[in-house]
Amino acid sequence: MTRKFATGTAPHIPASSSVGGVMRQVLYALLPGIATHCWYFGPGILLQILLASLFAVGFEAAMLKLRQQPVLTHLLDFSAVVTAVLFALCLPPLVPWWIALLGMFFAIVIAKHLYGGLGHNVFNPAMVGYVVVLICFPQTMTQWLPATAPGSWSVGLWDSISTVFSGHLPLPLQWDAVSQATPLDTLRTGINSGRTVEEIRNSAIFGDFGGRGWEWIANWYAVGGLWLLWRRIISWQVPVTMIGSVLLLGMLAFLLDSGSNPVPLQHVFSGALVLGAFFIATDPVSGCTSNRGRLIFGAGVGILTLVIRRWGGYPDGVAFAVLLMNMAAPLIDRYTVPRYYGK
Amino acid sequence: MDWEILSISLLASAFGLGLGWAAKRFRMDADPVVEQINQLLPQTQCGQCGYPGCRPYAAAIASGDAEINQCPPGGTAAIQALADLLGRDVLQLNPENGQEKPRRVAVINEQTCIGCTLCIQACPVDAILGAAKQMHTVIESECTGCDLCLPPCPVDCIEMVVQPAHMADWQAAMPVRRSVIIIPPPITPTQTGLL
Amino acid sequence: MRLPAKEQAELAGQRLYHFHGGLKLRHNKKISCQQPIRRSKLPPRLYVPLLQHAGEQAKALVVLGQTVLKGQAIACFELPEPGLVHAPSSGTVTAIARSAISHPSGQEGMAVIIKPDGRDQWCDLQALDNWRELDPVRLRKHLAESGIVGLGGAVFPTSTKVKDAHDKGIHTLILNGAECEPFISCDEMLMREEAERVVQGALVLQRASGARQVIIAIEDQMGEVWDSLQTTINNSGQENIRLVKVTTIYPEGGEKQLIQVLTGLEVPHGQRPTDLGLLCQNVATAAAAADAVIEGKPLIERIVTVTGPGVNQPANLLALIGTPISDLVAQCGGYSQQAERLLLGGPMMGYALASDANPVIKAANCVLVLSSADLATEHEELPCIRCGECARVCPSLLLPQQLQWDLRNGLFDDATEHGLSACIECGCCDFVCPSHIPLTQWFRFGKSEMRNLTEQKEVAEQAKQRFEAREQRLATIQQNRAQRLEQKKQSMQDKQAQQQKIAAAMQRVQLRSDQQAEQDVIDRANISSTSETDGSESANDEHDSNEDKTS
Repeated sequence: MTRKFATGTAPHIPASSSVGGVMRQVLYALLPGIATHCWYFGPGILLQILLASLFAVGFEAAMLKLRQQPVLTHLLDFSAVVTAVLFALCLPPLVPWWIALLGMFFAIVIAKHLYGGLGHNVFNPAMVGYVVVLICFPQTMTQWLPATAPGSWSVGLWDSISTVFSGHLPLPLQWDAVSQATPLDTLRTGINSGRTVEEIRNSAIFGDFGGRGWEWIANWYAVGGLWLLWRRIISWQVPVTMIGSVLLLGMLAFLLDSGSNPVPLQHVFSGALVLGAFFIATDPVSGCTSNRGRLIFGAGVGILTLVIRRWGGYPDGVAFAVLLMNMAAPLIDRYTVPRYYGK
Repeated sequence: MDWEILSISLLASAFGLGLGWAAKRFRMDADPVVEQINQLLPQTQCGQCGYPGCRPYAAAIASGDAEINQCPPGGTAAIQALADLLGRDVLQLNPENGQEKPRRVAVINEQTCIGCTLCIQACPVDAILGAAKQMHTVIESECTGCDLCLPPCPVDCIEMVVQPAHMADWQAAMPVRRSVIIIPPPITPTQTGLL
Repeated sequence: MRLPAKEQAELAGQRLYHFHGGLKLRHNKKISCQQPIRRSKLPPRLYVPLLQHAGEQAKALVVLGQTVLKGQAIACFELPEPGLVHAPSSGTVTAIARSAISHPSGQEGMAVIIKPDGRDQWCDLQALDNWRELDPVRLRKHLAESGIVGLGGAVFPTSTKVKDAHDKGIHTLILNGAECEPFISCDEMLMREEAERVVQGALVLQRASGARQVIIAIEDQMGEVWDSLQTTINNSGQENIRLVKVTTIYPEGGEKQLIQVLTGLEVPHGQRPTDLGLLCQNVATAAAAADAVIEGKPLIERIVTVTGPGVNQPANLLALIGTPISDLVAQCGGYSQQAERLLLGGPMMGYALASDANPVIKAANCVLVLSSADLATEHEELPCIRCGECARVCPSLLLPQQLQWDLRNGLFDDATEHGLSACIECGCCDFVCPSHIPLTQWFRFGKSEMRNLTEQKEVAEQAKQRFEAREQRLATIQQNRAQRLEQKKQSMQDKQAQQQKIAAAMQRVQLRSDQQAEQDVIDRANISSTSETDGSESANDEHDSNEDKTS
């Protein structure tokens, strides 16, 4: 008595991971950083994350439907949510709701699906969305809040919600009174007006290394990033060379002219550098794929960030640096094909 | 003013000399395009394209007299390769020239063969052995399956058979997608094996 | 300082190295190691495939209805070197026909079908008692005649491999006991229970290949194996056999990976281990070689692991080649409720069989029945996100995601450049791919496609040359014909010219003789009559016609 069996190709045992699993772990790794963000800047950021995620999932579903792809399968890969969260983490906490809408439209519809969807985008979608809103609404995008102790937030939960949806602060609050420039912005305007770093850093918005509050957020992002490294979700090459090149170049600049260049650690612990090093520049789709390529990619992002911060028109340059290196990634990959066994 | 005229004429003559020298130094004896096209053709020499052999067809493509879709033995793969080489659009195989078929070989029914040598004369690759009034036979490994020996045979003793694939040459199947996600369809030049 | 490759290779096993990538997989070996190896029952029919080795299909040497004895040669093959296939038991040949032959393609092939008579009567066995003194050439011939092929899965004729090794003057024979795929335990059980045969086989192969030392590599978790093998080696008094434990990482049992672990060297692309002075053989092959040389028994049976969640009582069976798999499973308590897929080989590299009518073949180390819960089919494939996990685990240091991109787009030249041929199809990249892309199948497809393309190119080139040769021949014939025609014309013309010349000469002669005659006439007229002239003219005519005939 013979028995028939269905066949299939080797290997026959199932894969050990999934795209959805990878993306979910990235989200978990962001949690400590997000919590710290709330601690210092109030609950606005949660609102932005929620809004961006909603818009992202909406656009993703619509585009998948339009492109006749299985909607649920792709929504469950969580890539749209990761894009949304990374985008939201770059926003000032109280920007109006349509910033997220616009940003997510460009991120998901233009940068992702018009290039072929998951796995085919040339540019990091979150950074495309962020750069679009940053260039279109420079004023809105600088309305940051001062870092305060929890409980003494200048704008509370309900005020935040009302601000985000109405576009203006509830009375009697005034933007001039509430908002505060970021440490990087302060540093930049200060240096441009001829003051030395020493003088500028006397301001209360600076902490031990970077900006007050900012440095702790960066720390917790780094903790999340190290967890991702340990989980082998990201590889060490990009974060190490990105932060390393900033330290090295920053040190060089500091030694040459300590008056107009801060200590290199200030660069690392302010702005989006740590977030970028562990979560944004490590995006596999738009980055390099060989290990040598990743070294070059990370170093490139670090150097460009520093160059933009020092000489460019924007206080922080991580987003631009990442997008510029995205462009170079295919070329780098082409020239860093590793040697294979026996060759 | 004089300087400009002088320098421009000097430059012009320098380039002219350079070009002239290059034309002599790097002169090509034969048209390399024809050779390149010929490399992509299957060399069946069947004449289905309307030319007496693969090289003449290659020459016709190069000179623009023929389209790239006239070679049934080469099929879609050859058309794709030609389009890539020449930067032309990929075309459907022209049905007037024939259909794409699996590779076949001629087999002579040795009972019926009268030894007329007509097929020997028709074979473009000398794959048929025999002499007048002697039975003929096809060297299987040399036969290109061009069908040219069929029409001249007065007793219809030649048959085209699909070559049985060898067990040792079995071909692994192209993976099938487990879902319906549409990604640019893969190009499969041969896909002719057992599976 | 770095030694030259061959010298470093000679230090094999003194220090252990790592190979790139690999996986730590759940072993699942214990379930089939609970009982000792059992001999499988004689089945009602034996299906002996004619293609069980790498190379051409063998030709049957027996005819329908012929009675054969156990161990009698029933088929022979010529390529890559002459070898034989043997009857697994005594009985009658009931058919030589197409049947299931456990081929990876799933296709049927020719098999000799034997109905055993139950007596299991051996034919005359020819043992080589003095093998320690025999010429390696004689030893290799005996191995080929005993049908010994690589039992690790590649089924390459052992004699050919050993000959290559001997010709290149190897120094080290590596016996591969690193059975790295999950579930398979036949080699482990063999080494545990029949260490004597393995060590004897090592010595036989060492003699046949001319190696100076032997290394038996086993995995670090085969505890009992170490004890039994070490005791046997000590008892044998052989000092040039060493036992080495390697860490269990899949695919360590791969020839190239094992060599890398033992020597720290990579086998250069396009070369073979023998170029480094190494010969790799499976431990089961060694045991079979020992049987062949010391007892004269050809390869007619092997140990098969019958295991998996789909089998009720997993075990290792000593089965005759040609035993249907259904018989083996029946002896292991039959299929369990969850039986879903039947594999020959392990879960990573084995191939699925469509029916259990397929027989045990020389390559069959394991019959694995998986349940639906174990299978990969549930996952939907997503696009590649270029995460690079595949490259991290690839033991061949390839970029699998780049390769699959090349292949998906038909860029076979790029795939070659990216090292497609270095892929060992271990399946590691598939296993870690978060997008569940069937990478290994893409590579299998790509390799056979490349082989096809190369073949086609060769055929086309050959046809082109023949066509051009024919054209040239026809042209030459044409030219010769034209030349001959030309020559004929020329010669005609020449003749005419000559005739004219002769005519002219004759005319001159005539003229002169006429003048002479005239002179004579004048002279004679002066003297007498004119009657002489007619006679000289007729003589001239006669001469002319003679000239015509000779030309």
